[in-house]
Amino acid sequence: MLLSYIKIAWKVLMRRKFFTAINLFGISFTLMILLVVMALFDHALGPNNPERRTDRLLYVQTIRQQMQDGLGWMNMPASPHFVNHFVRTLKTPEQVGMISNINNATAFTNKGLLALDVRYADGEFWQMMDFEFLSGRAFTPAEVKQSQPLCVINEATARQYFGRLDVVGQTLELDLHRYRVAGVVRNVSAARIMTYSDVWLPYTLDPGLLRDSRLEGPYLTIILAPSAAAVPAVRREFDQLVRRIPIPKPKDVKAIYAFADTPLISLTRAIHFDVNATRLEDDNLGTFYAVVITLGLLFMLLPALNLVNLNVTRILERSGEIGVRKAFGATGSNLVSQFLVENVVLVLVGGLLGLALAAGALALLNESEVLAHAHFSLSWRVFGWGLLLTLLFGLMSGVYPAWKMSRLNPVAALRGSGEQK
Amino acid sequence: MDTLAPAPAPATAPARTLQPMLRLIDIEKVYQTKTIETVALNRVNLTIGKGEFVSIMGPSGCGKSTLLSLIGLLDEPTSGTIELNGRAVRSYSDKEVAALRNSKIGFVFQSYHLINDLSVLDNVELPLLYRPGVSGKERRQRALDALDKVGLSARTAHFPGQLSGGQRQRVAIARALVGQPELILADEPTGNLDSVMGEEIMDLLLELNRRDGVTIVMVTHDEQQALKTERLVRFFDGSQVS
Repeated sequence: MLLSYIKIAWKVLMRRKFFTAINLFGISFTLMILLVVMALFDHALGPNNPERRTDRLLYVQTIRQQMQDGLGWMNMPASPHFVNHFVRTLKTPEQVGMISNINNATAFTNKGLLALDVRYADGEFWQMMDFEFLSGRAFTPAEVKQSQPLCVINEATARQYFGRLDVVGQTLELDLHRYRVAGVVRNVSAARIMTYSDVWLPYTLDPGLLRDSRLEGPYLTIILAPSAAAVPAVRREFDQLVRRIPIPKPKDVKAIYAFADTPLISLTRAIHFDVNATRLEDDNLGTFYAVVITLGLLFMLLPALNLVNLNVTRILERSGEIGVRKAFGATGSNLVSQFLVENVVLVLVGGLLGLALAAGALALLNESEVLAHAHFSLSWRVFGWGLLLTLLFGLMSGVYPAWKMSRLNPVAALRGSGEQK
Repeated sequence: MDTLAPAPAPATAPARTLQPMLRLIDIEKVYQTKTIETVALNRVNLTIGKGEFVSIMGPSGCGKSTLLSLIGLLDEPTSGTIELNGRAVRSYSDKEVAALRNSKIGFVFQSYHLINDLSVLDNVELPLLYRPGVSGKERRQRALDALDKVGLSARTAHFPGQLSGGQRQRVAIARALVGQPELILADEPTGNLDSVMGEEIMDLLLELNRRDGVTIVMVTHDEQQALKTERLVRFFDGSQVS
């Protein structure tokens, strides 16, 4: 029966070429935009190199210090002291690492100045991340401890500075400091804000490194849970740790807040839906999902309503067929299934076109190099989501017309009128 | 065409004594709008025996097609009872009525009502799509057999638009036959055909009735063809007059 439904669906599409073209345009354009947005989202937050283990990685982006006497808040990333003396005492994580904010540095080449993004990291950072090394290796925790003047550079820097990739052991001079190249990694997209850089140096070489006991600094704390299932336990232990941390300047600071969050929650917690920030524990994830889903559905609703409208107006055109099917024993649910299959076939064709358009749009984005080293692509994950969205779209736009068609009075349908039961 | 038998002698004689298949008891059908009430059928009592070929005649608007819709379980009477094989149709659920239409009744319409997007074979298979337990292979074979019966085996891959009116009506008859129904309801089956093609279709229906024992109720305007059937029922203004 399904084959027969698909066969007639295809014939209907081919028979009404103009109608089909209008529908396909609406569907494919909508899905293209949704797929592009999803691909961007996946590129920035999905499990892609070097942050492959996103299901186990937690980030502490900010330490929030509530000042005394209503003087507001001080929000800053962490200091190495916070990471080394507190976070590393946690029992549940597999590993703890850190990386600084992005700094700017300049290198001189034969062709002129080369502006580079530089970050400082510890040795554990490299063990937690899955960088793709083109040559050499990362610097180790021991080398970091010994403040060895090593660096890891990306492919683009190797090409621009040295003109080639096999540069392990060569010297890179940055802001008049000399570093030996330990390894060259494949370029990391600037969208991966937790890991992206041109050059990575041991944090012990950070000229601004604070050696006192203050908690705030320029470092992002990274925690790797032993498994995805262990993430809640790690977060709980981190929460307990934060409550135990002694407030460095009780005269000025009333309370300290910090959270170990997944990449997505790191983002949603930064969105202040609550202007007074009175509910710090709220990670806003639920609100974020609600807003995104609502916007997505609203975005799909317009072309879906258009499709509903076109489908309903076609009831009269197909009333003879509906009458015949009913006369020969089709039940309401048979007809609903048939028209839903037809709609889903139409929408799937639109979905495939949408995929092709999205691939084209992403290729244009890649071409424009709007974001350094970003290469947007349609992964199987995005394709799967796209397929799900397409089916949802097909059902959204098909259910009402199908139900209305199935309710046609067979006698009236055979006469060619749209009278309902 | 060897499948068509010559037309039998006119059959205006009273019906044979047959086991009743369908009984219409005090049937009324009233169409009501906000301002007008139209009585389409007025206290109709009619019994159709198993294996009978009954034709229904009357002027336009006398209620013939309404009667056929009621017999075909496509519509419900305003009052009265329809009994199929001794059981009141009112007692069946919508799903059961759909199953009854599928298994017991085959329809032939004046304007054929073939689905233009489907091939001849797919059109004929249609009733079997809604019959549980019939495999695709069986469906295909039965459709081929039905098309063979109406002499259209060579046209299975054609589409309705590629056929003449007479051929389309034969496809429609094959579609009505494929489910091996006990009752075929034909609503002016020759109304859109010229006299030669009309004769062919009429001969085919007579053959089905005589050879296979299929009960047929046919609405027609053509007195000549009506006279070929076993019984002729005349309607006027919603009432049975003979």
